[in-house]
Amino acid sequence: MTSAASDRLPPLIELVDVCRVYGSGEAEVRALDHADLVIRRGEFVAIMGPSGSGKSTAMNTIGLLDRPTSGRYLFNGVEVQDLDRDQRALLRRHFLGFVFQGFNLLPRTSALENVELPLIYKGMARAERIERARAALAKVGLEGREDHDPSQLSGGQQQRVAIARALAGDPMVILADEPTGNLDSHRSHEIMKLLQQLNREDGITIVMVTHEDDIAAYARRLILFADGRIRSDAPVPERASA
Amino acid sequence: MIWETVRLALLALRRNKLRSALTMLGIVIGVAAVIAMVTVGQGSSRSVAASVESLGSNVLTVRPGGRSFGPPSVGGAQATRPFTLRDADALVGLSVLAQVSPTVSSMQTVVAGAANVSTSITGATSAYLDVNGWTVASGRGFDTSEDRASAAVCIIGETVRRTLFGMADPVGQQLRIGKVSCEVIGLLQAKGAGAFGQDQDDLVLMPIRTVQRRLLGSDSISSISVALTPGVSSQRGAREIEALLRDRRRIAEGAPNDFNVSDRAQIAEVLTGINSVLTGMLSSVAAVSLLVGGIGIMNIMLVSVTERTREIGIRLAIGAEGRQVLTQFLVEAVVLSLVGGIIGVIVGLGLAFGASLYMAIPFAPQTYVVLLAFAFSALIGVMFGFFPARKAARLDPIEALRHE
Repeated sequence: MTSAASDRLPPLIELVDVCRVYGSGEAEVRALDHADLVIRRGEFVAIMGPSGSGKSTAMNTIGLLDRPTSGRYLFNGVEVQDLDRDQRALLRRHFLGFVFQGFNLLPRTSALENVELPLIYKGMARAERIERARAALAKVGLEGREDHDPSQLSGGQQQRVAIARALAGDPMVILADEPTGNLDSHRSHEIMKLLQQLNREDGITIVMVTHEDDIAAYARRLILFADGRIRSDAPVPERASA
Repeated sequence: MIWETVRLALLALRRNKLRSALTMLGIVIGVAAVIAMVTVGQGSSRSVAASVESLGSNVLTVRPGGRSFGPPSVGGAQATRPFTLRDADALVGLSVLAQVSPTVSSMQTVVAGAANVSTSITGATSAYLDVNGWTVASGRGFDTSEDRASAAVCIIGETVRRTLFGMADPVGQQLRIGKVSCEVIGLLQAKGAGAFGQDQDDLVLMPIRTVQRRLLGSDSISSISVALTPGVSSQRGAREIEALLRDRRRIAEGAPNDFNVSDRAQIAEVLTGINSVLTGMLSSVAAVSLLVGGIGIMNIMLVSVTERTREIGIRLAIGAEGRQVLTQFLVEAVVLSLVGGIIGVIVGLGLAFGASLYMAIPFAPQTYVVLLAFAFSALIGVMFGFFPARKAARLDPIEALRHE
């Protein structure tokens, strides 16, 4: 997909002049300071930046976990910055998938049940749910591990379960917050290849925060944050690939 | 969707068996303690009521001495004039009295062969058994000729029989009491423990004159029990007895009695009073247990929510609405409280049953206590499940996810 072609696709995520301010007066922190950002369907974006640069706030805002203090957020062309808690929960449920640094699987709960969880909240019937969850686990290469507890799985496998969970709900976007932060280099690259494959073959838009250049190299586009603003935004020059 | 939420709650409980068990333990202890204590309290209450009934409600007792309760006045015991059999004979003339049973008591050592026992020897007449509600298990009671003569016969209680004769039939056997040899003519039907826990079966009955002349060498008697004619109130009986005895003892008008007539209803009242104090005390202890149980539930629910903040964050992030998280926690609390409450009821009734058997009191389960304890623990469980759950449901998912 060339840059020119992707420009013609409709924006999926559009932040317009977004500010996010914590605290007030002397203690005021502007985590996002008039940030503008457009992410189109099918993109694979890596967000980097030093601590406190606003990249996590940007992720939380995009992920509808947080609300901008001012500015507009259009998701798939619809303004969502003013939605309440439950409306945002519904959007997360139906359109977003999350992958966290700490995996965030439910303990003492089998891989299959973990993957089923978002489908339960979607109100899907049990039989369909199990089928979908199995398919998602198969997609991340964990057939035969459905009944394993997170404690019986390696870090890489746990992150795969988390990806399967994000995937099971058939999301438009997967938001990955330092998905390889807790993994060794070998497993990190495996996880990145998996994400890259999901982006390429299934057309899932991926937005990822990372600290590591070689991880960011799996994306197609690299956004650098500093002081609550986007410092640079460019295609990844030397793209790592599976 | 609600069923899915219920299923989620059950799954969560099953996954955390230890936590679930601990939560339930609090409820079980609270409910079981209350039920066991109140049930046992009620049982002993009934037991006391039964022994009060066995005293005979239409019986009055006349004793020398001015006061029935409280410490005796200094020198008072010396000064009181004892009753004699002539007083008892005079009472027989009163139409309000059906039976008159004078008694005199003395502790003596009783010997039979190689065995001996120290017991209460009661000098009595043929009226004694009826007035005091005794029946003869084997042999016979005194006949009226023995009331007047100092015959060397005796009737023994079950405890004395067991000590002296084992399981053998004592009727026809010889006993030696002090210097008196006497023949056992009857065995009393066992009564068991009395209202104050004393062994009522530890006694030997002898004709009253035998005790007076041959054991004590005195013609005084300790007390006179009288059975009222049916239909006569104890107040009226007491009034007529007092009038007669004041006259016989020449007590001046306005001077206090130097004897007292006690109604067994008074004793019953005292006993019932003591018992209700005990029941009240047990109930307070039980209430404290329930409170402690409740605090236990509260604690574990609060800890559970804190411990599960991250889980709540995960659920919220992947699209759970606050309402769904709240419902899940609420269902968990309700299930734990109900199951814990049911187990508590079973355990409590079981404990009470065991204690009733052990203490030989009636097993008296009270529906209202069962319901109350159950409802209270369920309420606490749900309440303290609800507030932390609501707090959880309102958490900021970002904060919740960061929670370690």
